[in-house]
Amino acid sequence: MPENFEPTIVAFFCNWCTYLAADLAGASRIKYAPNIRVVRLMCSGRVDAQFVLDAFARGADGVLIGGCHPGDCHYQEGNYKTLRRVALLKRLLAQMGIEPERFRLEWISASEADRLKTVVNEMVEQVRALGPLRRSAVPSEAAEEVHA
Amino acid sequence: MTPRKNGNPGAARIGVYVCHCGTNIAGVIDVKALADYASGLPGVTIARDYKYMCSDPGQDLLKKDIQTHGLNRIVVAACSPHLHEKTFRTAAEAAGLNPYFVQMVNVREHGSWVHEDKAAAEARARDQVRAAVRRVAYHKPLERKQVAIHPDVLVVGGGIAGIHAALTLANAGKHVYLVEREPTIGGHMAMFDKTFPTLDCAACILTPKMTAVKAHPNITLWTMSEVAKVEGFVGNFRVTIRRRPRYVVEEMCIGCQECIEACVFKEGKTPDEFNLGLSKRKPIYLPFPQAVPQVVLIDPETCIEFKTGKCKKTCVEACGERGGIDFHQQERFETIDVGAVILATGYKVFDARRLPYYGYGVYPNVYTALEVERLVNAAGPTGGEIVLRDGRKPKTVGIIHCIGSRDENTNRYCSRVCCMYSLKLAHLIKEKTGAEVYESYIDIRAPGKAFEEFYNRVAEEGTLFIRGKVADVYPVDDGSGRLVMQVEDTLLGVVRKIPVDMVVLAVGLEARPDATEVRRMFNITCAKEGFFLERHPKLAPVSTFTDGIFLAGCCQGPKDIPDSVAQAGAAAAEALALIDSGSIELEPNTAQVNEEACCGCKTCVPLCPYGAISFREQERKAAINEVLCKGCGVCVAACPSGSIRQNLFEDEEIFQEIEGVLAHA
Repeated sequence: MPENFEPTIVAFFCNWCTYLAADLAGASRIKYAPNIRVVRLMCSGRVDAQFVLDAFARGADGVLIGGCHPGDCHYQEGNYKTLRRVALLKRLLAQMGIEPERFRLEWISASEADRLKTVVNEMVEQVRALGPLRRSAVPSEAAEEVHA
Repeated sequence: MTPRKNGNPGAARIGVYVCHCGTNIAGVIDVKALADYASGLPGVTIARDYKYMCSDPGQDLLKKDIQTHGLNRIVVAACSPHLHEKTFRTAAEAAGLNPYFVQMVNVREHGSWVHEDKAAAEARARDQVRAAVRRVAYHKPLERKQVAIHPDVLVVGGGIAGIHAALTLANAGKHVYLVEREPTIGGHMAMFDKTFPTLDCAACILTPKMTAVKAHPNITLWTMSEVAKVEGFVGNFRVTIRRRPRYVVEEMCIGCQECIEACVFKEGKTPDEFNLGLSKRKPIYLPFPQAVPQVVLIDPETCIEFKTGKCKKTCVEACGERGGIDFHQQERFETIDVGAVILATGYKVFDARRLPYYGYGVYPNVYTALEVERLVNAAGPTGGEIVLRDGRKPKTVGIIHCIGSRDENTNRYCSRVCCMYSLKLAHLIKEKTGAEVYESYIDIRAPGKAFEEFYNRVAEEGTLFIRGKVADVYPVDDGSGRLVMQVEDTLLGVVRKIPVDMVVLAVGLEARPDATEVRRMFNITCAKEGFFLERHPKLAPVSTFTDGIFLAGCCQGPKDIPDSVAQAGAAAAEALALIDSGSIELEPNTAQVNEEACCGCKTCVPLCPYGAISFREQERKAAINEVLCKGCGVCVAACPSGSIRQNLFEDEEIFQEIEGVLAHA
């Protein structure tokens, strides 16, 4: 593992809960690890499996999906769709040799700024301990295929 | 792997603007360096930093650049898009650019405010700016759809906040549906005797407003009713109201109360809800003399006719030809269309049983403040006499502050009203009984208009203040029913044991237990404490994240009557501004099916909770109704043939963003 390795976590946050939790963390001046890069989507249900694979293929050491708690989805049930998709994707990632700690789905409501901090810090710690994702194993053609 | 082609599809000429936000951003992130960095990114024509981008000169800078430099894409690195996305879209539009050619980067809430390590915060900001620059080049011009707004408004909750909001709207000529769960409007305020700090009687100021609601031609008042279902969106909500039976026909009852007199129960046997069980009522009753509507109701749980079917039905006899009593009334559902909703669902008082060391529910002489309000009230169970449950007049009274407030074990927040109502109760108890009153407090919080003066007045009247939180309440061991209040006086540094006849618990305010269900129904959010969350604590205090849903009163957080009324007025004004605009522009982030690519697998059809996706059997293609589509993008992600796209969240835009944030490596 390179010395002073700092992981990069790509975070797909839904517009209504987790993105707002991150806004609240800001307004409350709650400090957390600067390793995340947020991509805002309207609903966690918009997270296409390809987005996750693409993030891993292009250098992310971890991917975090943040959505509303079950039953609280701004779009009624988009987060349930995410849950189903993530379960499938986890098995696929495991087959690719990507450690489960690198891919996380968390329900973080708009008022849970503390939880956002805990989840991000915890994930950064875990991924830092794992070290960088060994990406050489991903053949570039296969990755290209993903975008087709 | 091969980098994604970062084409420049719209021959993008991008302007990047980095906001200092005073020192909010610039204090942590080197904004000049960030702008410099952005200027080197592909497609960027100009990159600047400016003190306050949201200010008029900031927006003018952007507009001028669009015109002089021919910019066709804008990236603003500033605060959250939830705060100023609209500002910059509007500015771009004013300069002739499609508003959806603007992308914001949140370097304040997601940057300078949350990261202490400057270098790391700057690295994150650079990544996010790079992602936005790459993304915005792929943006397409979009049109907002205009939808007409229904002019009626629904107000949920008939306490003082709901009443004031309903009257304000009705006076402006709007039709209002006021829906109240209880058999009467008035809420908690109707239970109070006097109000602090002016000591004007609650009923005298409230009841005229209650009657005005009933009499107003623009208000439809539905009591014993609850919202059952909410569909639609801002401007076009369709709400189903469940109307519980009161077994008395509202139109027939004139409030003469002869039926109550005639009831076979000679005396009330059921604890009276309005008097918090301090008196008894009959199965047929009026909640309180000034109830609105002035219509009695029957409690099927205690009415003999409901229980056995063998009652003499003297009430029906008493009502006579009016025929107001209807034992067969059924629950009904009404469906209404409204353009806006004001939630004024109020609060519940803290359940003092949760703190057993104060003995509420165990020792009869421990009361909650709300119970004492009823005792003090001239229309209350004792006719305004402060007497204990055994009929004695108290000679010493101890009031304990912060029950269920400012306490790690219950609620951390301050309930804002308890200090002041405790002072008021001390004054009223002293006035009516001449008793010695002790107030045990943590801090006296008297920050309102004429509040501090009222505190001084009560202190001068001889109420004894002890700074310290009571640790225990236990009975004096002499069978007298007297209690000992044990408290550490932190100013004297001694533990005191004060014998009192009556203990009053200044219970705090909590969110309604069903706030979560209500919130889900209206698609809004609750804050950590369970109260409804406002869109912005300072700049949008009565709005929510769901357009068209506004908040008033204690459902948003504890507050006193003036604040509730002020907020109700504000919510009414917001609803008026929305309705009077006549139409609303819907965000264009809807989804569309690319028919050529659609393979007709129907995967998407059941995914849409709004029924926006239909399947055209003949063509074997899915189709999305744009008016029904709310723009979540679930179907887009699920489509196996990639034939559904979402405006503003196109696959290519998101892929560019992903690669953008990762391109630092």
